[in-house]
Amino acid sequence: MMNTFVGSLGHFMVILAFVSALISALSYFYYTRASELEKPSWKNFSRITFYIHGLASVSIAFCLFEIIYNHRFEYFYAYSHSSTGLPVHYMISSFWEGQEGAFILWIFWNVVLGLVVIHTNKFWEGPVMVVFTLVQAFLVSMILGIVIGDLKIGSSPFMLLRDMSEAPIFQINPEFIPEDGTGLNPLLQNIWMVIHPPTLFLGYASTLVPFAFLMAGLALKKYAEWIRPALPWAIFSAMILGMGIIMGAYWAYVTLNFGGYWNWDPVENAVYVPWLIMVAAIHTMITFKKSSTALKTAIVLVISSFILVLYATFLVRSGVLGDSSVHSFTDLGLSGQLLIYMLFFLVIALVLSIKEWKNIPTSEKEASVYSREFWIFIGATTLGLMAFQVIIPTSIPVYNAIIESFGGLSNLAPPADQIGFYTKFQLWFAVALALLTGIGQFFWWNKMDKKDLKNALVTPYIISMVLAAIVITVGKVYDVSYIIIVLAGAFTIVANSTILIKLLRKKTFKLAGGSLAHIGLGMILIGVMFSSGYSDTISINMSGLTYKKDWEDELNKENVLLWINKPLQMKEYEVIYRGRYKKVAGVPGYVKADAMEETGAVNQAIALEPIESSGKQYHQKGDTLDLVLQENSYFKVEYYQEDELKFTLFPMSQPNPTMGLISSPDSKRYLSRDLYTHVSAINDYEEPEWKEDKFINAAPGEQFFINDFVTQFEGAEVINEVEGMTLEEGDIAVKAELTIMDYDVEKKLSPIFLIRGNQVGKIVDVDNDLGIKVEVDNIVPEENKFVFKVNTYQKDYVVMKAAVKPMINLLWLGTIIMLIGFTVAIFRRFDEFQKMKRKGLE
Amino acid sequence: MKRGHIIGLGIIGVAIIIIITSIGDASTYESFSTAKSMAKNGNTAAIHVVGELKKDQTGQVVGIEVGEDKTSFTFVMVDNDGTEQEVYYNEPVPADFIRSEQVVVIGTYKTDKMFVADKILMKCPSKYQETDVKTTSS
Repeated sequence: MMNTFVGSLGHFMVILAFVSALISALSYFYYTRASELEKPSWKNFSRITFYIHGLASVSIAFCLFEIIYNHRFEYFYAYSHSSTGLPVHYMISSFWEGQEGAFILWIFWNVVLGLVVIHTNKFWEGPVMVVFTLVQAFLVSMILGIVIGDLKIGSSPFMLLRDMSEAPIFQINPEFIPEDGTGLNPLLQNIWMVIHPPTLFLGYASTLVPFAFLMAGLALKKYAEWIRPALPWAIFSAMILGMGIIMGAYWAYVTLNFGGYWNWDPVENAVYVPWLIMVAAIHTMITFKKSSTALKTAIVLVISSFILVLYATFLVRSGVLGDSSVHSFTDLGLSGQLLIYMLFFLVIALVLSIKEWKNIPTSEKEASVYSREFWIFIGATTLGLMAFQVIIPTSIPVYNAIIESFGGLSNLAPPADQIGFYTKFQLWFAVALALLTGIGQFFWWNKMDKKDLKNALVTPYIISMVLAAIVITVGKVYDVSYIIIVLAGAFTIVANSTILIKLLRKKTFKLAGGSLAHIGLGMILIGVMFSSGYSDTISINMSGLTYKKDWEDELNKENVLLWINKPLQMKEYEVIYRGRYKKVAGVPGYVKADAMEETGAVNQAIALEPIESSGKQYHQKGDTLDLVLQENSYFKVEYYQEDELKFTLFPMSQPNPTMGLISSPDSKRYLSRDLYTHVSAINDYEEPEWKEDKFINAAPGEQFFINDFVTQFEGAEVINEVEGMTLEEGDIAVKAELTIMDYDVEKKLSPIFLIRGNQVGKIVDVDNDLGIKVEVDNIVPEENKFVFKVNTYQKDYVVMKAAVKPMINLLWLGTIIMLIGFTVAIFRRFDEFQKMKRKGLE
Repeated sequence: MKRGHIIGLGIIGVAIIIIITSIGDASTYESFSTAKSMAKNGNTAAIHVVGELKKDQTGQVVGIEVGEDKTSFTFVMVDNDGTEQEVYYNEPVPADFIRSEQVVVIGTYKTDKMFVADKILMKCPSKYQETDVKTTSS
């Protein structure tokens, strides 16, 4: 039965949310202009409309999730983003796999932030909420799904499949509901993809808060007062955006196949840039609070960070990136709408700031080189330049689009080697930043002149030199640029730790946010240098083949072919591939794929043998097993050192009918390094194409070859029971025992020969790993010989890539410390704001 | 000259360097014939070529040859001008390669005959144009 109610309800809620946002905007606007007498009633009305908007927004999310959760495949969104086999936490990922879901998420966060703003501010509520509700109206319009003539406004997530699809089935039967959806992109079937998008969108959403305060400040001519309430939010925004970026990087590291956490892909750059600008904005805002300088810079930066988030959304979702990004986002025809959204706020921000520009207070005093303002300003400038360097080449597809829209032709393409190109700038900027934070922090806490500075810096300088020397020697860092990175990183860590210790002694942990964040930066710098600079592909050039083409030997082969059971030396490891495994619910570890047979039902299989794990039996033969995502196969790869098994990895791969082979790496984690293993190609496990029949005559005890495997015919016996059938009186069943040797593995195959009256039956035995099928074709009692019919197939293999990533944990640890630093700073600034509010000053 | 001016000039200087290198390091979209003449003139910078996989009359992709150790392969690509070219890629066949509507290869000519791709980008048929809804249902 088709359920059109939920969709209609959802669509109604979208319209309600849109209308209520507009009314609320208008109402808040009148509230800011109303006389003191009328204010309370305007305020009440505005709040009520915003609450209605909030309720409607939550209902939209609820309706969409209801559709996904109850597998209502009559809806296009559920059909194309979900399937019945998905566990609940991946259904949540399905929710935001589509762009419409992502917009809903964004809308939802803005509602939450709006509610917090309403209840933590008195003076600012009105003007700030005008900006908020306008943004909400734009965002909701993206999922409005209204068509007026040729004009399409928004793309609704509540469309029915029959209205989206041209499949002929709907002409025959409009009530047709597909049994299953096409499923969630397997790359997104990862726990980090459940929490990364909400975090990132909260980060996106939160850039609105400082921007809204700034707009309010400019409109009300409170040019400086907006800073105090906006500052904790700016730090919050930088913290959450940073966290979202890092989660994305971590997800890329654990699920994607490019072997790293950061690829300088346009989509990654698009979030990195606003983050940098937001961090720069925080620094100038703090400077202004301390010394009344850099207000104009702060204003420019806050506007930029908000507009850049919109620009990022435009880049990623308008389809303009086209083929320059590995992230696939489909063009929903929203590019015009996204562009209007961005330009609307850009124009408002520009008009307001240009109009008020000459009224904004500036400090006439030239900042001294020995002042903290000077160093922080240089730091913020460096951050700005870093952002500039990334956004200029990332926007190349936009330039092409602009040139082409004017009838021109441009063949400019993004840099061919993105990683090399961006790294060569960003690395040195980051080194400069690290040095600046070290010096800047000293100025921050002390009034300094030339002599004091020298005294203050001498100890951290010496300690960091010693520390760097140790790292360089132990880590064998012999590259000049890498040595400089280690020095800069060590200096930041030591200099900021000195400050941190001082602050802790004074028991003023509240003030430690800055130094913590900067220590994190130093660790990230060193971590990135080691894990990327010294990433060692150990599977390189190990195939041992002579190359056919003369130029081919210049290229490094980064993948190796591993035949099952056949050992291969890779640098200091000997690796052996041991076959394909599956994950079964309730059984720890992995279960061999050959031990089960899929039933055809979703995520279900029948055990062909008892299922054991570390000595304990979990399932009997014949039991029904619940597979954890049946498409996923895990390839067992053993790593040996000096003939001793060191560890076993299970990289995942999924032959996806729509996306081809999807692989996720598995890593051996050490404290100081990761060994990363990734499947690049696998055998075809569908119907094997058996080669032609071969017949072998052998007597018990004899040895022969099957496909190069030494095979021992152990003997044969008459058996009284045959599985799966009942033997009748007079039946004769003979089981032949074969042992096949493959390196260190012995496989037993037991084909059966049956005689009933004058009929014969043959029960074959198959080994999928080795690709062997054996059948007793005949028994020749006179010669005491058996005739075996043997078919072979390519034996199992896997093509994989392995790399060692040193010190990657230092990178993750650094990011965590940086995030803690941000958090401490948020508390401090929010506390300040609350105190001022209580004094009635805000 | 005030210090502020010096810093301002410094910023402008760095910004100009950034813009110049961005243009200098930017790659270009070429056809196989222009790429070949570039390589002949000694320009070995990696360029982008946009095209499709070669298909026979029935729409089947032809010309994919996987290397013996399965870690590399060659394929035949037809660029937007219709030029056919054999391309070598030093990685296993990527996911959804055969299904791709459009391929972008980033690389350069190693010999007259062979274009070597350092990177392949694929554009796959969008889910949104899906017309073949599975009809195995109630």
